[in-house]
Amino acid sequence: MRRSILTAAALTATLALAACAGGADQPAGEESSAPPDGTGATLTVWVDETRQAAVEEAAAGFEESTGAEVDVVLKNFEDIRPDFLAQVPTGKGPDITVGAHDWLGELTSNGVVAPIELGDTADAFEPVSVTAFTQDDQVYGLPYAVENIALIRNTELAPEAPATWDDAIAAGEDAGTKYPLLIQTSTEGDPYTYYPLQTSFGAPVFEQNEDGTYAPELALGGEGGTKFAQWLAEQGEAGVLSTDVTYDIAVAAFAKGESPYIVGGPWMLEQFGDLDLAIDPIPSAGGEPAQPFVGVAGFYVSAQSENALLANDFLVNHMATSEAQLALYEAGDRPPALIEAADTASEDPITAGFREVGAEAVPMPSLPEMGAVWAYWGVTEAAIISGKTDPAKGWDKMVDDIQGEIG
Amino acid sequence: MSLPATRGSGRTGWSPGFLVKLALIALVDALGVYAVLAAWSAESWGLLAAMVALLLAANWAYFSKRALPWKYILPGLAFLLVYQVYVVAYTGYVAFTNYGDGHNSTKEQAIEALLVQNERRVEGSPSSPLTVVAQGDTLGFAVVSPEGVVEAGTADEPLAAVDGASVEADRVTALPGYEVLEYAAVLERQQEVTDLRVPVSEDPNDGSIRTQDARTGYVFTSTLTYDAASDTMTDTTTGVTYTPNDDGQFEAADGSTLPVGWRVLVGLDNFVTAFGDERYAGPFGKILLWTFAFAVISVASTFLLGLFLAIAFNDARLRGRRVYRTLVILPYAIPGFLAALLWSGLLNRSYGFVNQVLFGGAEIPWLTDPLLAKLAVLGVNLWLGFPYMFLICTGALQSLPGDVLEAAKIDGAGRWRTWRSITLPLLLVATAPLLISSFAFNFNNFTLIYMLTGGGPRFDDASVPLGHTDILISMVYSVSGLDGTAAKDYGLASALSIVIFLVVATISAVAFRRTRSLEEIA
Repeated sequence: MRRSILTAAALTATLALAACAGGADQPAGEESSAPPDGTGATLTVWVDETRQAAVEEAAAGFEESTGAEVDVVLKNFEDIRPDFLAQVPTGKGPDITVGAHDWLGELTSNGVVAPIELGDTADAFEPVSVTAFTQDDQVYGLPYAVENIALIRNTELAPEAPATWDDAIAAGEDAGTKYPLLIQTSTEGDPYTYYPLQTSFGAPVFEQNEDGTYAPELALGGEGGTKFAQWLAEQGEAGVLSTDVTYDIAVAAFAKGESPYIVGGPWMLEQFGDLDLAIDPIPSAGGEPAQPFVGVAGFYVSAQSENALLANDFLVNHMATSEAQLALYEAGDRPPALIEAADTASEDPITAGFREVGAEAVPMPSLPEMGAVWAYWGVTEAAIISGKTDPAKGWDKMVDDIQGEIG
Repeated sequence: MSLPATRGSGRTGWSPGFLVKLALIALVDALGVYAVLAAWSAESWGLLAAMVALLLAANWAYFSKRALPWKYILPGLAFLLVYQVYVVAYTGYVAFTNYGDGHNSTKEQAIEALLVQNERRVEGSPSSPLTVVAQGDTLGFAVVSPEGVVEAGTADEPLAAVDGASVEADRVTALPGYEVLEYAAVLERQQEVTDLRVPVSEDPNDGSIRTQDARTGYVFTSTLTYDAASDTMTDTTTGVTYTPNDDGQFEAADGSTLPVGWRVLVGLDNFVTAFGDERYAGPFGKILLWTFAFAVISVASTFLLGLFLAIAFNDARLRGRRVYRTLVILPYAIPGFLAALLWSGLLNRSYGFVNQVLFGGAEIPWLTDPLLAKLAVLGVNLWLGFPYMFLICTGALQSLPGDVLEAAKIDGAGRWRTWRSITLPLLLVATAPLLISSFAFNFNNFTLIYMLTGGGPRFDDASVPLGHTDILISMVYSVSGLDGTAAKDYGLASALSIVIFLVVATISAVAFRRTRSLEEIA
């Protein structure tokens, strides 16, 4: 008898597990099919940690005015893109998710994101932020923050903004600190942080159309690219650039006052505590303007959302407000995309500094082809800096490899 | 307690045992029925069929008198089906599809996405305050034009001016001939509302009104139309017709395709790419060799070190053995991914503890030189893995029968001879299956590679983003594009996973067969 009880118990466990597997589908099913009572509709929003509180605040106002419920789901930012791509087609994805504008190409080519008609509110946003979310004349996201890197300067160690890269290095060496200038590199390279230096040699990654969008034609080869590669090798040999400097090492060294300059973004500020800082444009290394990438953060609406009305209503009428955008700014330190909110935020000189640099910057390409570029770009830069690869040959091989991947 | 009539199987009569069984099965059935209902409401028919089958099988097995073996086998079998067979079968299925970027969902969803992506707001058209109205069951829109004229229409009836409407704050609040829907009622039918297109006029080229928030309407024209009867897409501006092709995309006569595709079966294409595409074939061979070397050396080195320490600490003459044993197990207590991350910091060329302190500031490229990186990976894995081997060897040594060793001593065997002919074979009987599972584990030791070197340093001569310390499973991760550096290709990744599965399964099967010969010793 004991045996049969044991087996029955094991079977219970088995079926309970199987039931869990089946049960997991259940809440999702409820989510996506709107209950008959209009006020009982539930809107699911995916957010990451830094944006959770601000979105919840806006959601509370939305719940009050419409009676609908907003379910704010906390997710790891790195997981959002793959999960959104995988779950939207199954009908289990969210109605709205936060995201970065450079996901756009992949999201549209997989048909998981729906266009948003901003209507007249479009003019209330920084133009670059709406352009970044535009593809084929259609807007796919509601922007809320614009982020870009700049030169962060410790005013105690360097009282004046450098005009060129060489000036910055000279001033850094005069300051007598451990590093003349900090720029995160790591053994995998960091093409995002290095991009302004690359553009200062006139080698943008893709050809840019007149309206600011990109065409999928590589532009990082050619003379400008080769000159940039040779410059990397020289600076690497001189010890100014080093693949040993990772993000953590760079930030920690700057916080300790071991360098007057660091190339970085607003996300670093929290760790610099009470250092006296100024934000300057990134000094040009190759003579042309050093334009960093602008990343725009925003909200996407799922193509399979069964609450599309609510979702658009929430975004266009409740997230595009000055209060909501300022709340997101407080949480994430990035200048808001809504001009009115950005003006308020610019009372802080640091934010104003980043915004000023951002005005000259270029949007990060959102083409699906960009994925192939990242895979080769950084490691090639790292290999050139550490002297493992001949600059001209290495750079040409990288361009060929990327071209091969894009096809 | 057991009555001869029941013979230990299917309990009948109203004995306490039967009642307990009845209660347990009732519980199982209740959970099963719940799962069936859940599957029904989620419309996953495969799961529903599987649950019904499992439920029937469970009831049959535990109530039939002739199903004695099944009473034992069924729970294990159910777990096997859910966690092994289903996973392998699904991966196998994906390996034969083109699931990945551009082929992410079903054809219906692709058509839907293409249509909505190719709607354009008519340039210069006003944004009109909009109210959702209804004529019986038919939904319509009422808009206030910039001139203040109220117009209304439905999907079949183009917009037309309506007299006698009441307008408050630019929005229609009542309309003769129509019922104005409350917000709650609009939400109830929001899918219909967002899908509704009210033509502006009789001419379809003038576009139609649509809304996304039920408050504001815009005039859109569609540049792409889908004809369900012929299953074709037509671009209304160029007149080009697109038909579905075998790759799951709409293709025009000149070979151009529309961007959004869907998932289709592509046969052996993914396997052909894995072995035939020269960009992958070269690195694949190198990575396969290194994967074998990594798994074999890892098992051998951890086992030998673990065994050595186990024998040393098993000696009764050693004082404080317990303390040593506890200390040796410490690396095992740290989660593997954390330890790998720590080690990657310790081995940093300029700032790492190893170079700074142990080598007096020498800049040894532990993680960036191809050979040293391999040694570093093996070294860290040795540090991570030997406590496990130490534990199982200690256990096995302590359970060796003392009389056999004594007999060997009496027969005049020396220490070495005793160890080689008695201890080691007996030890292997107990540990060989664990060594095989350790091999399978290390063959797929993704965490270590990903956290320690990320597969780097990259191959200089290859044109794919793979490196000298990449093993097959981390190659799959890169190829699948999950790390965001390449276009996602789940089909190719699944095909490679199936290859890994076949390799590991074959080696394990052969090795387990070989260990039977060891058991004969015992």
